[in-house]
Amino acid sequence: MIQIAALIALGLLAVAALLCLIRMIRGPGIANRIVALDTLLLMVVSGLALQAAITGEDTYLDVMVVAALLAFTGTSMVANFIERRRP
Amino acid sequence: MIEPIASVLLVAGAALALLAAIGLQRFEDVFARMHAATKPATLGLILVLSGAGLMLPIPGAVAKLVLVILLQFITAPIAAHLVGRAAFRTGKELSPETFVDEGAEYINTHPRLIEE
Repeated sequence: MIQIAALIALGLLAVAALLCLIRMIRGPGIANRIVALDTLLLMVVSGLALQAAITGEDTYLDVMVVAALLAFTGTSMVANFIERRRP
Repeated sequence: MIEPIASVLLVAGAALALLAAIGLQRFEDVFARMHAATKPATLGLILVLSGAGLMLPIPGAVAKLVLVILLQFITAPIAAHLVGRAAFRTGKELSPETFVDEGAEYINTHPRLIEE
């Protein structure tokens, strides 16, 4: 049962990540892209949690912590970069 | 009994993530998209992590999941605020359909933009 649920959830996440990717490619502008990238990383973390739930391994959990931290660092860095450009 | 609950949590979380992505496609400008992207995605992440926490039998696992949730709770508003402020200060991200712009005076008088 959990396997089927996890498969459905992975499918939903895949569609969501695809939509995020489309937004990331189409833009317009760097702010849209960084918002899409942040959401995409959230979905990566969700997918890792699903994988951990399916396999019962706890190695994925450390990767999740790192991915969540990287999402924040990257987003705030790019925000800084946008702000320092000439308007 | 735990397994059905975990399944429902996992699917509900993934559905919320899909909603966030649809909002990212359908909304008009960065600020509306940010609104769609941050909140449902965070709630979806929490649901998925709760479901995974129910399924993992390892003792230390729940602590790490709670750590991820806490990180997300602390950093998501900060990141959204930073991106929103930066996008607003560039001055060209607002949708043309916006009809109340309370930051309009602020953006012209801000010292950082004047010195450039």
